[in-house]
Amino acid sequence: MPVSVENSKRIFDALKAADVRLVSALPETWLVHLIRMAEEDPDTILVRLAKEEEGVGISAGAHLAGVRSAMLMQNHGFLASINGIVSLALLYKIPLLMLISHRGDLGERDPWQCQGGMATIPVLRGLGIPHYPLDDPAHVERRISSAQCLAESALTPVALLLGRELMWDEA
Amino acid sequence: MRRVEAIEAIYPDISGCVVVTIMGATAAELYSCGHRPNFFYLEHAMGLASSMGLGIALARPDQKVVVLDGDGSALMNLGTFTTLARYCPPNLVHIIFDNESLLSVGGFPTATSTGSDLAGIARAAGIEQVTSSNDVASFRDAVRSAVQARSLSCIVAKVDAIGPKSFHMDVTLLENRFEFHRYFKNLDTENGAGEGP
Repeated sequence: MPVSVENSKRIFDALKAADVRLVSALPETWLVHLIRMAEEDPDTILVRLAKEEEGVGISAGAHLAGVRSAMLMQNHGFLASINGIVSLALLYKIPLLMLISHRGDLGERDPWQCQGGMATIPVLRGLGIPHYPLDDPAHVERRISSAQCLAESALTPVALLLGRELMWDEA
Repeated sequence: MRRVEAIEAIYPDISGCVVVTIMGATAAELYSCGHRPNFFYLEHAMGLASSMGLGIALARPDQKVVVLDGDGSALMNLGTFTTLARYCPPNLVHIIFDNESLLSVGGFPTATSTGSDLAGIARAAGIEQVTSSNDVASFRDAVRSAVQARSLSCIVAKVDAIGPKSFHMDVTLLENRFEFHRYFKNLDTENGAGEGP
């Protein structure tokens, strides 16, 4: 499976450097290494979800209780979480850091991913959620730290869209 | 039993806990017993009170967390029973007031009115300590032992579909949010852990 182990490690190390101690996740192909790394790290609390929207509640609770967290999910999981994001994270000004694998974008071979892929950025824009691509390994550490910083200063969810060029090593 | 009587009966046992309650009637009835900085009223996002409780319980194992949920909200987030059972935080008490009705929006019957059994669902999801209660005395006893125990528990209380006369709460949503967040910061200061920059 050509999911990039190296870049997954970069992302995980950047989350740790940003003092993220709790990670909630629902598996998807691009996230398998990241989730495994979170599971194997004794200092990270990994919560495997039944549905992504639960992660919004878990992160909101963790934030209010003083612990930094992040959500790892596919863009379809983001789309499945919209009410939680609107009626909890946005309404209550929760600094929710979302790492969203941007399936259905450039280079996508699975037709079923594409509708959600095309909807993701317009929905983020419609919700007024700051969102940035994460495609270049060289940007990973700085951008995750900056996104975490912005989320806490602006008290808002912030999305980083993990792109194919970062997550998928073409054979 | 009436839910407000049930909440009044457990108030002394839960007032020192971190409490997350669902919106509407349940929030207003807890508020009417006396607001505290360790109470969070989730005024929207139906279904996520239990998830918030899980996030708090995992983030702060030193705190006892009590979630006041409802049948309508629990039915909207059934998957979370499996997540609760999976991580099984020993400091979480999940209370579900089941009035078989979406009372706050006009009293439409929920699926618990036609036989769906939330205690059975919780048990089947893998939660070991599940109690059902139909009267104030047994409910208070169940909550008291759950708050003192070191294990995840779920308590389903059958209550009448009666809400409060007034939903008035003199605490704004964001005021509640920041006060609740501050409660945890103050705990750290009191414990000498210090605050970040």
